[in-house]
Amino acid sequence: MRKLVAGWSAAALTAFLFLPWQAIEDGFFGFGWIQDYPDDRTASALFYGLAFDRPWLWGVLPFVALGVLALAFPREDRRFGQTLVFAGLGGLGYTFLQGFAIGITGLQWTWLAPLIGEVETSQYGFGWGATIILFAFLMMVSLGVAALGYFRGDAFIAGSVIVSTALILAFVFFPIATMLAGAVTDEHGNLAFDLFWRRFFADDIWELNCLVGGPRCGVVFNTVLLGVLTGALSTLMGLAFALVVVRTGLPWRKGLRALTILPIITPPFVISLAIIVLFGRTGIVTWFLEVAFGIPPSRWIYGLPGVLISQLLSQIPVAFLVMIGVVEAISPSLEEASQTLGASRWQTFRTVTWPLLRPGLAAAFLLGFVESLADFGNPLVLGGNFDVLSTKIFFAIVGAQHDPGRAAVLAILLLIMTLGAFWIQMRWLGKQSYVTVTGKGDSGLSAELPRKLKRILYWTTIPWAAFTLITYAIVIFGGFVRDIGRFDLEFTWRHYLDAFRVELTERGMFFSGSAWDSLITTIQVSAISAPLTGIMGLLVAYILARTKFAGQRTFEFLTMLSFAIPGTVVGVSYIVAFNVPPLELTGTGLILVICFVFRNMPVGVRAGMAALSQIDKSLDEASLTLGARTATTVRRVVMPLLRPAIVATLVFSFVHAMTAVSAVIFLVSARHNMATAYIVGRVEAGEFALAIAYSTVLIGVMALAIVIIQLGVGRRQLGRRGQQTAAALGGH
Amino acid sequence: MTKSTTKKGPASVEFRNVTKRYGTVAAVSDVSFTIEPGTLVTLLGPSGCGKTTTLRLIAGLEIATEGQIKIAGEDVTNLSAADRDVSMVFQSYALFPHMNVLDNVAYGPTVAGQKKSDAYDLARQKLALVGLKDYDLRLPSELSGGQQQRVAVARALTMEPQVLLFDEPLSNLDAKLRRRVREDIRDLQRDLNLTVAYVTHDQQEALAVSDRVIVMSNARIAQMGAPRELYEAPASLFVADFMGDSNLIDATVERVSGDQALVKIGVTSLELPSRGTKTGPCKVSIRPESLSVTASAPQGPAIPGTIRKAAYLGTHMEYTLAAEIGELFVVDRDVANPKPVGSTAYLALARTGVSLVPSV
Ligand SMILES: Nc1ncnc2c1ncn2[C@@H]1O[C@H](COP(=O)(O)OP(=O)(O)O)[C@@H](O)[C@H]1O
Ligand SMILES: [Mg+2]
Repeated sequence: MRKLVAGWSAAALTAFLFLPWQAIEDGFFGFGWIQDYPDDRTASALFYGLAFDRPWLWGVLPFVALGVLALAFPREDRRFGQTLVFAGLGGLGYTFLQGFAIGITGLQWTWLAPLIGEVETSQYGFGWGATIILFAFLMMVSLGVAALGYFRGDAFIAGSVIVSTALILAFVFFPIATMLAGAVTDEHGNLAFDLFWRRFFADDIWELNCLVGGPRCGVVFNTVLLGVLTGALSTLMGLAFALVVVRTGLPWRKGLRALTILPIITPPFVISLAIIVLFGRTGIVTWFLEVAFGIPPSRWIYGLPGVLISQLLSQIPVAFLVMIGVVEAISPSLEEASQTLGASRWQTFRTVTWPLLRPGLAAAFLLGFVESLADFGNPLVLGGNFDVLSTKIFFAIVGAQHDPGRAAVLAILLLIMTLGAFWIQMRWLGKQSYVTVTGKGDSGLSAELPRKLKRILYWTTIPWAAFTLITYAIVIFGGFVRDIGRFDLEFTWRHYLDAFRVELTERGMFFSGSAWDSLITTIQVSAISAPLTGIMGLLVAYILARTKFAGQRTFEFLTMLSFAIPGTVVGVSYIVAFNVPPLELTGTGLILVICFVFRNMPVGVRAGMAALSQIDKSLDEASLTLGARTATTVRRVVMPLLRPAIVATLVFSFVHAMTAVSAVIFLVSARHNMATAYIVGRVEAGEFALAIAYSTVLIGVMALAIVIIQLGVGRRQLGRRGQQTAAALGGH
Repeated sequence: MTKSTTKKGPASVEFRNVTKRYGTVAAVSDVSFTIEPGTLVTLLGPSGCGKTTTLRLIAGLEIATEGQIKIAGEDVTNLSAADRDVSMVFQSYALFPHMNVLDNVAYGPTVAGQKKSDAYDLARQKLALVGLKDYDLRLPSELSGGQQQRVAVARALTMEPQVLLFDEPLSNLDAKLRRRVREDIRDLQRDLNLTVAYVTHDQQEALAVSDRVIVMSNARIAQMGAPRELYEAPASLFVADFMGDSNLIDATVERVSGDQALVKIGVTSLELPSRGTKTGPCKVSIRPESLSVTASAPQGPAIPGTIRKAAYLGTHMEYTLAAEIGELFVVDRDVANPKPVGSTAYLALARTGVSLVPSV
C-alpha cells in the first residue's frame, strides 16, 4: 500500500512538472505539440504557474505534496489514512473549482472577482496533465480510505468504488443534472417553475382519449403501451428460444442460436426499412395479399404495429441472451431433487424451474421495456402518427420548435417510468436467494420439458425464426438490386461500390468509397469502448454483489441511471455539459467512447450481478484467505466463472456501439462520423439501397467481431458429468 | 522451497473486546479470548450466536467494528484477509469449480508467485498428507463430499498458515464419516503442530477434538475452558444445559469457607467449590452419570426416589426418578440388573459432575 501511495504521488508530481495541463487541440498522441512545448497552450501546470500568468495552478501542488507527506506515518497510524484522504479530496475539489471558475473567457464566477481580482487569461479543458493528477488524487482518497479500515481494508475495492463513482458522477450525473437544470429555467437561464408545470401538464402528454374512442392518446400512454408489449413479448419469446436451445432435442437448435444473434447486430432502423419493404403500401406482402385475397393496400404498418414488430425483432435476441445464461445455470441437481421427490415434469417445472427463472425474466423484461422506451430509430421511421417520448424529445430539440426545456420535461417523465419499472421488479423478485453454482461441485442432468410445453415452444419459435430469416433476406437482397423500395429488382453492384470502392493507385490503395471514413471510425470506437464497458460493468457488478458499504444503494442507482436516460437526451446533455471547460470533449472521438461506455455499462452490471448471484461468495473468500488479493481473485476465480456474462457484455457493448443512433447523432463531427449517423443521412436523402448495403456490411463486421469475442473469451467449464454421453444415448 | 513458505510455526490469536455490528445488530459483542499457539480451540454454541462471524473476524473476511485483534502478537485489526497468515476451510468447501484438484490445491502458492512446478510439488505433498493421491486431474464436481473436504483441507494447508480455521467441517458429511474426519483433523493438528480454531454447534464434537472450548451465546462468550471443565463445572445454566443432559436442582448453600461451600441437596450435604456463591438458595447441576443408582440403601448419604421410567440402550440404562428434590435423569452402566419401574431406588452423588451453578 505504501508503494502505491509513493507511485501515485510520483505520477501526480510528474504530471504537474512536465505534462501539458490543458487539452491539446490536435490530440495528445499526435505529438505535434512537442515542437511548441512549453508555450501558452501546451505548458505543464508548473510552467503555467511560473511563466504564463496562471498562478492559481500553484494551488494544486500543496495537495500533491501532502500525499507524499502521508508516507511519514506508518500504515497502522490513522494519520496515514487521514492525510491521504484529505490530500485527495482537497486536490480534487481545488482542481475542479479552479477549472469551473476560470474558463475560456477568463473568470466565469464573477462573484469571485472581489476576492482574487479580475482574471483575463483564458483556460481550456483539462488535458493529460490535469487528468493524471485528478486520477492520482482519486487513488489517494481510495488508499487512505482503505488504510482507515473501510471496505474491509481492501485497497482494490476502495479504489474501484471511488473511481467508478467519480466517473459516473462526471459522465452520467453531471451532464443530466446540467440538462435537467434546463427544465426549470427559461431561455435566459432564470428559474421559471410555472413554465415547468405548464410544460409538464400539456395535453399531448397525458391525453387518454383513444381509450374511449377518441382520435389519439397522449405520448405517455403510447410509450407505456409499447414498452410493456415489447418487454413482455420479447421476454416470453427469449425464454422460449432459450428453453428450446438448452432443453430440447430440436435439430438445428444450434443454428437457431446463431440466427437469433442476427437482429442484435442490425441497426434498428434497418429492420424498419425491411418491414416497409414487406408490409408498406408498395410492399411485397401487401402486393401478395392484394393479388391473392383482394385486400386493398393500407398504411396499417405505420404506427404501433410496425414499431412493435421492429422492436420485437431487435429485442427478442437480447432477451434470449439473458435467458440462456439463466437457463443454463439452473442446477440440474435441483430438478433431479424435485423429480426424486415424486414430482411430475410439469410440477417440477412449475415449482422448481420457474421460480429459478424469475430473476432472469425480470431482467429481460426490464431490458425490453427500457429499450423500447429508449428506441428512437424505429419510431422515427415507422411511427407515423404514433408519438412516443423519444421521438418527441428528439423533435423538441432538432425540430422547428427547438425547445430544450420541453425536451428536459419529457426526459424527466421517461426517467420516472423507467425507475418505476425497476421498482416494480424489485417488489416482484423479493429477497429470495438464487445461489445455484456453489463451491460444492455440481453434477447431474437437466430435466426433460413436459411434452405440451415443448409443442407450444416449437409453434412459437420456429415461425418467428422463419420471419426473422425473411427480414434478413430482404436486407441482404436489397443491397444488390437497383431499388427494392419500388420493386426495381435488376441486379447491381452499384450501392456497394459507391460506399466501399477501393482504388489501386501507384501510391498504394486508396479508399475512395464514401462510407470508409465512418466505417473505420465506428470500428475503432466500438473496439475501444467494448472492453472498457466490460471492465467497468463487471467491476461495478462485483462491487455491488460482493461488498457492503454505506451508500451502496445510491451507488447502484447511479450506475443504473445512464440506462434510464434515452439516447436522445444523453446526446443533448453531453453537448450541453461537455462543450465548455473544464471537461471539454465535444468534437473528439473520446466523447463517443465515453458515451458508449456509460450507456452500455448497466448491461454489464446486470449481467454480472445475475451471474454473480449464482456463484457462492465463499469462493472469493477462499481465494482471499489463500493470500490472493482482490484483483487476483477477480482475475483467477471470478472472471473464469463469469465467462458467459463477459461474452454477453462484450458482444452487447460492441454491437450497441456499432448500431446506436439516438445519442450518437448529436455527438458525431465531421472528423469523427459514425456509420449509423451516415446511414440515417442516406435514408433521409431517400437512398434506401445504399443504406441497406452499408447496413449489410456493418452486420458482417459485427458477426465477425462476435465470433472473435466468443473464441477469445471461451466457454465456462464446470463439468456436468454425463451430459454428452446421455445426449448421445438420447437421454431419458 | 522459497522464502515465503519457510515455517513460521503456529501463532497465538488474541481478541480484545471485539465487537462486530451489522447495522445496529451485534453479531459479536465485546468478546475477549486468547488461543495459545499449537492448540485446537472450538467455538461452540447454538445457531446464530456469532461463531462464524468470530471465525471470519480472525480470517479478516470481516473487519471488527470495535476492539483489537492480534495474531502472533501483532495487531491485524484493520488488515485485509489476503494480508493475514490465516487459512480457512469453508463450510461449503468453496473449491473453485473451474479448476481441477491439483490447481485448486496449488492456488495459494501460485498466486504467491511460486514457480508452477514448485507449487504443484507442494500441492501433491499436501494431498498425500490428507490421503488423496491420484485425483489430481478431477474436477471438484467429480468428487464425493468427503473427498471435496480433504481437497479443501489440503488447499488450506499449502499456505502453512499460522492459524487454520474450520467452519462446521462435518456438517456436510454423512454420520459415519464424521467421527473419522474429526479424528483426522485432530491428528493433523497435532502432527503439524497447528493453531486451529474450529466452529461447531455439536457439543460432543467439541468435547472430542478440543484443547479448549469457547461456548458462545447471543454474541457473547458464555464460558471458556478445557472440555472437562465445561462439562463438569458449567458456569451458567445455559452452559450446563447446552453441554449435555443435566439435572438442575434447587439446593441451599449452608456455609462458605474459603473457596469451598457446604451445599445441602435434599437429605444429603456435600462440599463443592464455591465459585463465588453466597449462603442461601442456589442451583446445582448434576450430570446423569454422576448419580449412581442402587436398589438398597448404600452406606453414606443417599437420596431415595421412585423409578418412573426405564429404557434399555444397549451400553447403558436410562432412568427417570421422582425424588423429593425433583425429577432426576440418570444413566446407569449396570445393564445386567435393570431396576423395575415403580420400585424404590437410592441415588448417591459422585465426586465429579456435580457443581454449583452461579446464578447470572
Ligand atoms: N452479513 C451479515 N449481515 C447481517 N447480519 C449478519 C451477517 N452475517 C451474520 N449476521 C447475523 O449475525 C448473527 C451471527 O451470525 P453467525 O456468526 O453466522 O452465527 P453462527 O455461525 O453462530 O450460526 C446472526 O444473527 C446473523 O443473522
Ligand atoms: Mg455458522
